Amino acid sequence: MNSSEHLTSQYVMVIDVDRCTGCGACMIACAIENNVSPAHPDATDRTGVTWMRVVKVDSGKNGNGQQARFLPLPCQQCAAQTPCVTVCPQNAVEVDESTGIVFQMPQRCFGCRYCMAACPYHARYFNWWDPEWPEGMEQTLNPDVAPRMRGVVEKCNFCHGRYHAARAAAAEEGHPTSDNVRYEPACAQACPTQAITFGTLADEESGVGELIRSATAFRILPKLGTEPRVYYLSELKWIRQLAEREKELPTGEEVHG
Amino acid sequence: MDSKLIPRGLERTTLRNFSLWMLFWVILLGFGLYGAYLCLVEGLNQTNMDNRFVFGLWIFLDLTVIAFGAGAFFTGLLLYVLKRHEFSAVINSAVVIGLICYSGAVAVLAIDVGQPLRAWFTFWHPNAHSMLTEVTFCITCYLVVLAIEYTPILLKNRKLKEIPTFLVFQHELHKVLPILAAIGIFLSFFHQGSLGGLYGVLKGRPFAFREGFGIWPSTFFLFVISAAAIGPSFVMLTTVLVSKISRKKLVKPEILHSLGRISGWILMAYVLFKSIDTLVWINRTSPSLLFSPYEYYNQESFGTWILFAEIVLLGLVPALMLLTKKLREHQGWLVTAGILACGGIALNRFVMTIQTLALPTLPFDAFLSYVPSWQEVATFLAVVAYGVLLYSVSFRYLTLFPQERDLNSLARERHVSVRL
Repeated sequence: MNSSEHLTSQYVMVIDVDRCTGCGACMIACAIENNVSPAHPDATDRTGVTWMRVVKVDSGKNGNGQQARFLPLPCQQCAAQTPCVTVCPQNAVEVDESTGIVFQMPQRCFGCRYCMAACPYHARYFNWWDPEWPEGMEQTLNPDVAPRMRGVVEKCNFCHGRYHAARAAAAEEGHPTSDNVRYEPACAQACPTQAITFGTLADEESGVGELIRSATAFRILPKLGTEPRVYYLSELKWIRQLAEREKELPTGEEVHG
Repeated sequence: MDSKLIPRGLERTTLRNFSLWMLFWVILLGFGLYGAYLCLVEGLNQTNMDNRFVFGLWIFLDLTVIAFGAGAFFTGLLLYVLKRHEFSAVINSAVVIGLICYSGAVAVLAIDVGQPLRAWFTFWHPNAHSMLTEVTFCITCYLVVLAIEYTPILLKNRKLKEIPTFLVFQHELHKVLPILAAIGIFLSFFHQGSLGGLYGVLKGRPFAFREGFGIWPSTFFLFVISAAAIGPSFVMLTTVLVSKISRKKLVKPEILHSLGRISGWILMAYVLFKSIDTLVWINRTSPSLLFSPYEYYNQESFGTWILFAEIVLLGLVPALMLLTKKLREHQGWLVTAGILACGGIALNRFVMTIQTLALPTLPFDAFLSYVPSWQEVATFLAVVAYGVLLYSVSFRYLTLFPQERDLNSLARERHVSVRL
């Protein structure tokens, strides 16, 4: 893995696939943190809003050779040629160069969905319905995050509300205003197996620098040149090859390394 | 009752027949508008699009009708820039068709976005790197150009001409028409290309992604050439269709043959460039992204037949037919070739929009399918109905084919002399 593309102040997420049990806690935590409303009764798995989506992948073998894993898929926060940024006709998507976070501005989006067609990771979601919360549930809304209206696109922003809260707290404590504040997105906090690690490369304590340099680290569709800031870890060679679209191995063997 | 509005020397059906014809299309328009209303008021949940199939029937048809509407700019190019004056016989009709195609496409696009009232944001916060920005700017400007080009045709109506201000205005507009046509050609070149570029730049969709020159992928140029190729064919087809329905001779047959021949040459060039582009894409572009082209044609019903149909059956074959003098001068073959050519370009737009989204990009994803909802179909039918209504009114009350009067009076005279 080459981490030189990322500035040291930019945030990186590392997901250990071998630790993920597919429990979906990250999805729930994400939805609650970011004010994603309960799904409309008519919504399907293709019309719902799930900033964090956990998909099941398997080795494609039958019988004893078959293996399966869960792959949590948030926005990959592409660092290069960010597909959604270049296509948006009205600059409703921007990359914060200091943090590396790709922002969607729902208040400027007019819902053309060109960014969704451009995203190879299918990490962007359209609000097909007005967001609605059952009576009383509005009380649980996160005041740091604005709910989105019908007809606009939204996606994971590494819990931007938490990032701002962390910056504000750092400023209050008298620390110089820095982009490189430590905080934890809701998915990482909720994961019962601690499969999600988050931080900046400059923050050695976070451990992300070491993790992305490990031999088991990989990214999804690296050949597209989008340099995602979300990395995955797995000792299973087949899953790395599947994600990278390298040639399939004759067997689904495990390679420790 | 409305005979005073019908251009002098032209014969039109009775007002009763015309009203009955219009009634059918008005009912269809009403049905379609109801579907569009539901999409606007209830939201795009009325469609069968989703987070993965983000574009559907509407975008496919928008791209197709805009290609068909290219007849307006290309006939303008032939007439005003290349000074092929014989095409003045069809320019008015081509302008009306262009206006219908573009205004219809823009109307559907307005329904296709989640927040139509924010459409002006593109002009306020434009992203110069986005192909969609280029499309939005060019189409909007070109629609204005088409509306201005339509104005003198409208003001030449018998009754409107009686108003001196309109007469003067129309006369003055005529003087600037060549300039407007040139602006229209420039704008058309860019938006036809940008529509191709929309998909060609999507590196995250290796099926659609193409290499190119500078900032423009090869699809930019292919869309321009293909639109130029079928624009004349579509003008020819509509002229023949209107001639059949109205039972009038509208233009001299040579004009239709010329349109067919021009279409044939450009279509042949398109087939050549498309073939080269496909070979580069299969052998270099797609494999460099680790996507084997065989995967694309291994999915459900989208086999290699679609590539063969697009390039050979609906590309090379009609091109050869249109370039063969004997076939071209036979109306049946001419029309068949025109339909095949238009079908080929429609298939190309289908492949670029629908097939691109149906194919999986993530290695663990499956092939997707999509069937439009009745609201999507109805909205499109509203555009068809609107087009027929506008064209019918224009044909009845305006002079769309300047040769019609002479051709039919000659026919009448011949008929009378035979009877005598």
